[in-house]
Amino acid sequence: MDAEAAKLIGAGLAAIGAGMAALGVGNVFGSFLESALRNPSAADGQQGRLFIGFAAAELLGLLAFVVSMILIFVA
Amino acid sequence: MAEAGKIDPMHQFAIEPLFGTEHWAIGGYNIAFTNSALWMVITAVALWAFMLLGMKRELVPGRWQAAAETMTGFIDNLLLANVGPEGKRYVPYVFSLFMFILFANLLGLLPLGLIGSHAFTFTSHFTATGVLAILSFSIVLIVGFARHGLHFFSLFVPHGTPVWLLWLIPFIELVSFLVRPFSLGLRLFVAMMAGHILLEVLSSFVINSGNAGAGWGLMIGVPSFILMIGISALELLVAVIQAYVFALLTSLYINDAVNLH
Repeated sequence: MDAEAAKLIGAGLAAIGAGMAALGVGNVFGSFLESALRNPSAADGQQGRLFIGFAAAELLGLLAFVVSMILIFVA
Repeated sequence: MAEAGKIDPMHQFAIEPLFGTEHWAIGGYNIAFTNSALWMVITAVALWAFMLLGMKRELVPGRWQAAAETMTGFIDNLLLANVGPEGKRYVPYVFSLFMFILFANLLGLLPLGLIGSHAFTFTSHFTATGVLAILSFSIVLIVGFARHGLHFFSLFVPHGTPVWLLWLIPFIELVSFLVRPFSLGLRLFVAMMAGHILLEVLSSFVINSGNAGAGWGLMIGVPSFILMIGISALELLVAVIQAYVFALLTSLYINDAVNLH
């Protein structure tokens, strides 16, 4: 396999990370809604924490995107 | 089938000098006025106009004043909830940061291609977001050391750390502290870049399938175009959320510096 093909395959494999981050972000909002519907009065006070969890989960998916971009355009 | 046009999705991020050449240099760095600089100026002017119209201090607020007061009140509450009463002093900084990023993200999404121009999202460059992140991080450092002196280093030893873990926890805390400016800048720049690349790739599907014939256009181009409309709405949401997350994380870091865990 030549190096160019290996790079593109690696970039495609890195995209798996984006899908995994989708699971993570879905889990953050899903769990929030689940518990917010049990106790709606406490939900508004937790929105900051909701977005902190969202930001952390999303960052890891974006890192996968960065890896694939580096493989395609830089490496 | 017609020759598919090669559309480069990264071309939209190219920084081009608008006036000035590479000979305009200070200390080896080019200082030509670029499209990135132009959109920073447009963002600053739009923000300035928004606030100027909103700061007339009428007793009965008009629409502009209500909008401006909603935004300041939003950031005020954010800092009150995350930093406490001390947070009032940081409202001007976090507010400027939030509004600048918000306006930059939204102005970058303007469909100026319709009139033959191009919107440029400077928040899709790590040079721009990295400087904003360094600004936030240095404020945290300055505030932390000015208020607590060397006691600021107790940030790396959270309350209740078991003695037998004292060799490990400060190291982990130090790494997570030092990684903050990178994650702060990286998140904003990658989120904006990914969305714009996605829109560009979908638009190349529309153009290329339309050129290939009516059948291809109906089968691929029309669904892609409908998807583009949906993604554009999602991008508006992402633009707002990323500005909010940047302000939220900045206020959390300021909280660390002010209150030390």
